[in-house]
Amino acid sequence: MSQAVTTQAQESVQQILQKHPRDAGELLQILVAVQHAYHWVSEEAVGLIAEHLRVTRAHIRGLVGFYSFLSDSFLGDYVIYLSDNITDRMLGNKEIGKYLCSRLGVKLGRVRSDGRVSVHFTSCTGMCDQGPAALVNGRPVTRLSRERADRMVDLIMARTPVSDWPPELFLVEDNFRRSDVLFRRAFEPGAALKSALLRGGDETLKAIQFEEAVDPASGIAWKRGADETLKELYRSDLRGRGGAGFKAALKWEACRDTPAPERYVVCNADEGEPGTFKDRVMLSSYADMVFEGMTLCGYVVGSSQGILYIRQEYWYLKAHLEAVLARRREAGLLGRNLLGTGHAFDIAIHWGAGAYICGMESAMIESIEGRRGKPRKRWPLPVVAGVEKRPTVVNNVETFAAVAMVALKGGAWFAGHGTMHSTGTKLFCVSGDCERPGIYEYPFGVSAREILRDCGGLDAQAVQVSGPSGTTITQQEFDRALAYEDLTTVGTFMIFGPKRDMFEVVQNFTHFFQHESCGLCTPCRVGTSLLANLVDRVAAGKGSPLDLEEVQRISHLMKTTAHCGLGQSAPNHLVDSLAKFRGDWDKRMMVGGFEPAFDLDASLEEARQLTGRDDDAAHL
Amino acid sequence: MASKVKVATCSLAGCFGCHMSFLDIDERLLDLLELIEFDRSPINDIKTIEGIVDFGFVEGGLCNAENVHLLKHFREHCRVLVSVGECAITGGIPSMRNHHTLKECLYETYIRGVGVENAHIPDDAELPLLLDKVYPLHAVVRVDHYLPGCPPSADAFWHFLTELIAGRDPNLPLQLLRYD
Repeated sequence: MSQAVTTQAQESVQQILQKHPRDAGELLQILVAVQHAYHWVSEEAVGLIAEHLRVTRAHIRGLVGFYSFLSDSFLGDYVIYLSDNITDRMLGNKEIGKYLCSRLGVKLGRVRSDGRVSVHFTSCTGMCDQGPAALVNGRPVTRLSRERADRMVDLIMARTPVSDWPPELFLVEDNFRRSDVLFRRAFEPGAALKSALLRGGDETLKAIQFEEAVDPASGIAWKRGADETLKELYRSDLRGRGGAGFKAALKWEACRDTPAPERYVVCNADEGEPGTFKDRVMLSSYADMVFEGMTLCGYVVGSSQGILYIRQEYWYLKAHLEAVLARRREAGLLGRNLLGTGHAFDIAIHWGAGAYICGMESAMIESIEGRRGKPRKRWPLPVVAGVEKRPTVVNNVETFAAVAMVALKGGAWFAGHGTMHSTGTKLFCVSGDCERPGIYEYPFGVSAREILRDCGGLDAQAVQVSGPSGTTITQQEFDRALAYEDLTTVGTFMIFGPKRDMFEVVQNFTHFFQHESCGLCTPCRVGTSLLANLVDRVAAGKGSPLDLEEVQRISHLMKTTAHCGLGQSAPNHLVDSLAKFRGDWDKRMMVGGFEPAFDLDASLEEARQLTGRDDDAAHL
Repeated sequence: MASKVKVATCSLAGCFGCHMSFLDIDERLLDLLELIEFDRSPINDIKTIEGIVDFGFVEGGLCNAENVHLLKHFREHCRVLVSVGECAITGGIPSMRNHHTLKECLYETYIRGVGVENAHIPDDAELPLLLDKVYPLHAVVRVDHYLPGCPPSADAFWHFLTELIAGRDPNLPLQLLRYD
């Protein structure tokens, strides 16, 4: 039972190891490969890897325990993960899960006794506009229905390898519903890079052919092009799209100006914020733009190594992304000789393995270096000491795509869109109760109401802006602007219709954070669990006003003392919900004082049975 | 002189170590008695609280039905209830039995134990029935304050009580929370 029969061209652990250098930093990538080949990381594999990389078994087990998609027990020939975001729940994922389990004859989270299959729930898989979604052996199945579940069950019963399943089961739509200036036209690979290089030449140079303009002998033009591109980036006033909104140009310049033999460019494609799926669409359909942005960054800061850190949920994009990278190498847009200039830049892909925390940049860097994704101390910043303690720029997928357009069309053009302090456009991931969920591009400053009108969701009672760690807005707030001046957002836009119970939203989010807390700091590790317990208590009808006071107290504590953004923002939705949707809480609250956390009388049952007593004193 | 503050204490599933530590305030006990009056407490052997007392100090966790009754009695009769010591706050040493079922515990003690004669599980109605697990106090009643330690030191008791009597939130300074 230790081998997954459905995996084609079964690779031995040794074969996998031979593909990776003897570098402890490769550990996570090796584990991901082993997990895919065997559907678990066996003790035997741990031993072989430990020997190969000269790391301890405990260290390896530490990683297997940390990342959700790694497992120290065999998960079956078919491993099904059902996405459990609130939007999946609203589309009935729980019923589908029950149905799948009963048809497959398997208990949730357990492997069937013949080792065929197991079914699990997992955090949002980034298919919120086409849920309920699942991953089967790493491949996404969207719009799950009973009918589609039946087909999956039949294929599993017939032991059909996933690679032979009908492709329409794995169809993933872009649902790009509205494009603005950045994504209106197809992006021509290399165009932005050429524009940047051309900035190094004077007017005469620009007039002649491109190849002559960047004479490799003339390092001056190369340097000038980089400086001018940075200036354009300053002019664009582009702010990072990951949520914090740090000025990209400042970050790049700080990285460039830190003396070091090598620098890194990291693209954060670990979009784990439930309800977010723009990186998936970017990397499916605009990968060139993203890679070109990274290459431009390498050019400006003087780095020759880019890393795309991408979440495990998007494993199905592996072949596509590798093909795009290969094509760009052939076209001279990556590799040792960028556009014939003699300068090098290449991009490696690093896979995450299921950890929301790895979207936090220093946790991501830890993960890139093959360790558990735990945030580092705030200082030094990655621009000074990031990957391998070298200066590192970490930007989000959408930021790099925007960079490509800034290089192509100029900073002033870019700054002409959006608002004063939030230039350019933003992708919004619209999901939940609306007629047309999908990706919408708007200039910054767009109101929630405008998006709701365009997607057909105007009757909403609430929108969760920027995911569970963001802000819950009510109808009265729909005219607020989505921009750094007002509602900061990574682009997540989950809509809740008039009939939704907002307490269920809270319960979903609270458990998400409890699961995803990395455990590094006590306020977050303990706080997220306490909050989940308190919310469950309210859900069970045992909540008292004291419990709500406790929620507020713990929320405040976490916001002020957690080590990183995860813990600091995890209670946001609770505080919002208590302030704005108190009704959905109150209807669950117990009337009166204090209810014990467990059934007192039932706790005496075992003793009653052991003693055979049933007198008055034997009851509580 | 203002009327004295009424204080009640009891020990549930604990070892009385917290009470002993409290008595370690030594001669300060005389100063304290100028300020407080003991109601139900093992110190004076009064068994039930009449009326309402100001502060109730409860040592030990909950392991049986009698503990639950007494705790509820304290909650009903104490204005402010303090959970005292490791066992009250977390279940402590007695909660180590939570790793086993009650049946395993009783069988080990009364059926299979070394030297047991006339093996049977005690079932006299006088004996309080055991709960399935040992629980901390706040799992059953609302607790206002926690006084940590195993046991809390005499100085911690002194500081805590005098702060409470003075009408302040009894936050222990760091040195009273250090146990190494």
